[in-house]
Amino acid sequence: MRFTKDHEWVVLEGDVATIGITAYAADQLGDVVFVETPEPGKAVKAGDNLAVVESVKAASDVYAPISGEVIEGNAALGDAPETVNDQPEGAGWFARIKVADPSEVEALMDRAAYEDFLGTL
Amino acid sequence: MSDETLKTTPLYEAHVAAGARMVPFAGYSMPVQYKDGVLKEHLWTRENAGLFDVSHMGQARLRGVSPLSAFEEVTPGDFIGLKPGKQRYSVLLNRTGGIIDDLMAARPISFDGTGDDGLFVVVNGACKDNDFKVIDDELAGQVRIERLEDRALMALQGPKAAEVLAAHAPQAAAMVFMDARAFSAFGTDVIVSRSGYTGEDGYEISVPASEALRIWNTLLADERVRPIGLGARDSLRLEAGLPLYGHDVDETVSPVEADLAFAVAKKRREARDFPGAARIARELAEGPSRKRVGLIVLEGAPAREGAQIADEAGNVVGVVTSGGFSPSLGKPIAMGFAPPALADVGTRLKVIVRGKAQAAEVAAMPFVPHRYVRKL
Repeated sequence: MRFTKDHEWVVLEGDVATIGITAYAADQLGDVVFVETPEPGKAVKAGDNLAVVESVKAASDVYAPISGEVIEGNAALGDAPETVNDQPEGAGWFARIKVADPSEVEALMDRAAYEDFLGTL
Repeated sequence: MSDETLKTTPLYEAHVAAGARMVPFAGYSMPVQYKDGVLKEHLWTRENAGLFDVSHMGQARLRGVSPLSAFEEVTPGDFIGLKPGKQRYSVLLNRTGGIIDDLMAARPISFDGTGDDGLFVVVNGACKDNDFKVIDDELAGQVRIERLEDRALMALQGPKAAEVLAAHAPQAAAMVFMDARAFSAFGTDVIVSRSGYTGEDGYEISVPASEALRIWNTLLADERVRPIGLGARDSLRLEAGLPLYGHDVDETVSPVEADLAFAVAKKRREARDFPGAARIARELAEGPSRKRVGLIVLEGAPAREGAQIADEAGNVVGVVTSGGFSPSLGKPIAMGFAPPALADVGTRLKVIVRGKAQAAEVAAMPFVPHRYVRKL
């Protein structure tokens, strides 16, 4: 699992990346009440808006950590947005992307580096 | 505003120790939520009793020869008719009938019936300096404002609030909604009103700042009570249909537009002797050009402050002034302004969230019924 400074995580299997937000981000957001996930076929560049997550408190953008084409959004979050809080780094994933360049994933932080980064916040 | 300039309430250390997330609010560092989070805190208050630190709010006594009649010069309420022991919701008005702030004003007689202690006023924290300046400017020579900066204010709200407070202050159980009393409890002097801003039964309790932490902890020692942050305070008042100053109401909005015409007393409507009376009388007679309405968002994301409201044809007709997810109803709700022709309950509208038009419907407020105790 790789991480960004915007608190997204990426797991790469073959050329398909699964993307979500970290447990830290989910905790900061508080109770998630609505998630808007991307449609299949959408092309995204690293840094583009990928999804929107709304907690009781506010709406937040989720950015694409890498470039590629959306294969699917996690439709299950439509009826159960609280999954983002319950299993942020598992069933609460947001989207799967067919990655253009797997080396973009390698360039992201590993867990140790991400935890060091959290220590600086 | 940097943290260094933020003020703290006498309960700051208790919030931090309880794991609260502190945010700047009205110039104070305040708890937006505790460890439970907004959703659980909200539902706890609806089912049990929530304890809120609202010490950022402005407390003052207005004293003078006739503070009640003087106060009618800056508000549209019937304060001459305010009986000892009663509290009233009102608004400070500017000369064009816009709302400078909303407030609670009471005559909290003591149970031993001693004397008239003037008018006890509680105003919004973010507005308090200006409010007291306005009152001072307008009523100079008539009333003396005694700001009670040595007092903290907490709200105990929820269906179990009455039984919790009765254990410490039996006198409180004899009060009904909008009663106000001053008496001894918790080993000190308190000013208690049976009111609040959640739609639930409950009390606001003014205590000496030096005693606040002890009383806070005493109330929290009861397992029916949990501390509740500003996040849930906001979602609770939204469900209760209560406007939040600076969001749903500001200096451009009149009480009629804000659906607060109940705060314009009958005798004052006839006398037209309050600031902005000409505009308010016209709006009462002819209807306002916009009206605060409740909205249930029927699909998609919560519509938050600033989201546009459109009619079914897509024409923008208004704006959301506060909105979010309703924990009690399990769906997004909002308040905003719409033309009166589109303000009837059941009217289908759209809210525009991130460029998407989502179906919404005008709903009666409160969204969740009030549970005030009006009779014992």
